Amino acid sequence: MTEQTDYRIELNAVTKSFPGVLANDRVSFAIKPGEIHALLGENGAGKSTLVKMIYGIMQPDEGEIRWEGEAIKVANPKAARKLGVGMVFQHFSLFEAMTVLENIALGMDAKISQNLLEDKIREVMDVYGLKLDPHRIVSTLSVGERQRIEIVRALLLNPQLLIMDEPTSVLTPQEVAQLFETLRKLSATGCSILYISHKLHEIKELCDQATILRGGKVVGECDPKQETSKSMAEMMIGGDLKQIEKEVKTEFGEPRFIVDNLSQDGEGDFGVALSDISFTVRAGEIFGIAGVAGNGQNELLMALSGETPSLNAETIKLDGKSVADQTILQRRKHGLCAVPEERNGHAAVVDFSLSDNAILTARDRMNLSNNGMIKHAQARKYTKDVISTFGVKTTGDASPAGSLSGGNLQKFVVGREIMQKPDVLLISQPTWGVDAGAAAAIHQAIVDLADNGSAIIVISQDLDELLAICDEMAVINEGRLSKTLKVGEASVDEIGLLMGGIHGEPSASQDQAENAHAH
Amino acid sequence: MSDTIIISIIMTVIGASTPILLAALGELVVEKSGVLNLGIEGMMLIGAVVGFAVTLTTGFHLLGIVIAMFASTLSAMLFAYLTLTLTANQVATGLALTIFGIGISSLMGEPYVGKTIEIFSSWFPASLAEHPQLRVIFGYSPLVYVSLALTFGVSYFLKKTRAGLILRAVGESDISAHSIGYSVIGVRYAAVAFGGAMAGLAGCYFSLVLTPLWSEELTAGRGWIALALVVFAAWKPSRLLLGAYLFGAIMTLELHAKAAGFSFIAPELLAAMPYLATIVVLALISLRKSSGLAAPACLAKPFKPST
Repeated sequence: MTEQTDYRIELNAVTKSFPGVLANDRVSFAIKPGEIHALLGENGAGKSTLVKMIYGIMQPDEGEIRWEGEAIKVANPKAARKLGVGMVFQHFSLFEAMTVLENIALGMDAKISQNLLEDKIREVMDVYGLKLDPHRIVSTLSVGERQRIEIVRALLLNPQLLIMDEPTSVLTPQEVAQLFETLRKLSATGCSILYISHKLHEIKELCDQATILRGGKVVGECDPKQETSKSMAEMMIGGDLKQIEKEVKTEFGEPRFIVDNLSQDGEGDFGVALSDISFTVRAGEIFGIAGVAGNGQNELLMALSGETPSLNAETIKLDGKSVADQTILQRRKHGLCAVPEERNGHAAVVDFSLSDNAILTARDRMNLSNNGMIKHAQARKYTKDVISTFGVKTTGDASPAGSLSGGNLQKFVVGREIMQKPDVLLISQPTWGVDAGAAAAIHQAIVDLADNGSAIIVISQDLDELLAICDEMAVINEGRLSKTLKVGEASVDEIGLLMGGIHGEPSASQDQAENAHAH
Repeated sequence: MSDTIIISIIMTVIGASTPILLAALGELVVEKSGVLNLGIEGMMLIGAVVGFAVTLTTGFHLLGIVIAMFASTLSAMLFAYLTLTLTANQVATGLALTIFGIGISSLMGEPYVGKTIEIFSSWFPASLAEHPQLRVIFGYSPLVYVSLALTFGVSYFLKKTRAGLILRAVGESDISAHSIGYSVIGVRYAAVAFGGAMAGLAGCYFSLVLTPLWSEELTAGRGWIALALVVFAAWKPSRLLLGAYLFGAIMTLELHAKAAGFSFIAPELLAAMPYLATIVVLALISLRKSSGLAAPACLAKPFKPST
């Protein structure tokens, strides 16, 4: 008998509960040195809570964590880093107004001079092929570059275990390929990687082992390379995964939504200017807009929805009416509904009840108010309809929006618009941070709405999603929209290149992309 | 105009500016950590009355100053406990702290009204401190030199030191700082304590140097000006120095104009200063995104760590 163990980290019956919820129920798994281990699970399955305990942000109620055979207590993130645990967060823990160098310095526990740190950063970037300018201010960087800061920050500590929380949700296909290359190099040096994602084909491609969580419990372990995406998804949601039923359409109705040479100046220091955006969406058609975050998607959504009306009414036509100078409420009355990307605070008021949130956008179309007086009974009925139709898990229409998990709130805000039967639906990141089951339900609802003759515009960074549900798509890059591509005819590589800039330097910095445009 | 008049004007301006500079430096550090403490005026008054009382009783200026700073820091800790630990609203709590400071300082100062002490004056030998020309350099209270040193000190701390970087990080994104593993609440407690000590020092300057006596509401709204100054200086210590001296110059000019029989700042306007300053500061802070002001992103946002 020897105390020697084959595992870098082992979790034994780790349990954590919050008031009313058992987030982790006797979770056990182990990771070997150099292994890339996937942690799979729906939203609310307890993945985040689990990794927060490994990283010392939270403490387990029961159970033990063993590090290289020894039972340990991870008191705080500092202690975790001392052990050799690095973490790259899904929501980056970056400081926007500071430089890359300052951000990295903040993640270091040892005192180190700026010059020495800069040398070390360049060394790490060389080894792993990561490109970054240490003196750039973070707010000027793309999301992919921001993630690189987090990765460099973690790598500088020579981690023995690197935790990646949903790392690819904001990257272009080329950036994802580059990230995987970095991770493989890292695992070859013996570093273990705990990889959290809901993108099953990525897990198949990258990971050696997978642990599947459902409702806080481990429900299965598998070798992802031996499984199909479908079989893993079914383990994850504990039932059959519904395939999206969508027929390939070649015939569409009349044009319902026409954008004609829409241009707009960028607002403030970090806003993106829109230039000469033109596209047409016909009845029954789903039009996708792909692109890496921060290339003008938010500005475009606000211009189209009416949050930032334009002076020139002609640039947007809704069923033949010029509406570009109208406000969001006026456009809503004319049949244009919108679901913005950010659920908390933009699509929904977190402290308001679900039925109050329903009143906010469905007031006119669903007749929820009468001469300025709210019809609460109708509002509650409408809210309950949305909840039951879209399978929103909540205690009722009176619960505050903020009490719902991300995926459930997303189902609610999407459902709230779709059930108003809009003529044109504008939707951004419909399944951002949403689990596979909920995503399939949202996709199906969008497809069904189109089948009933609505025109739909989907803005998303998730290329798989666009390829699955759209009929036509275009790519936005630096506020410019590419030519329209037919889904099914365009290759992922072609779209990926458009996402990285016209001349397609997949890892190109902003500057290079700008030069490409200057030609 | 002779040299002596110019020199005396410069000295008056610097004298009038110093307490504003001291209090504003403290508030700048507090705000950089993401906390908005509107209680400067109250903390200054507590510092002023304690400093005066201790100095009058013991005869030692330095002892008065140290105990005054301790007292104002104690009141700042009350604010910190309410806003950081109990996550009370910072604006409301800060206003309450000012009202509390005005009240308790009047109460404590009652027995000392009308008494005077020796001015806490220059430590340089009289040959320098009272020299007709050189006194423009050597003729100030030690607190003036301290305020200048602290300006550079705070600037260096924020820009060059690791602790300063962490403090800015906490004010910039509390959630990020927490997830990296810094104690957001701990850093903010320390910053609020520093702000309290500086406000106490500023208060002492009134009761030990400028007047030197105690009367109710001795600081006459200077705390509010310090608060506004931090915003106008865009959270930069060097601009704070400039702004404080500019404001001191205006006040001095007003004083001289009044003596000459006309006034360009209505006393009602001065009386309205607390309210105006609060409104202006809050408005500017909420405008920060569009105006490109470098306000700390988490200013006045309560932070509740998830456990």
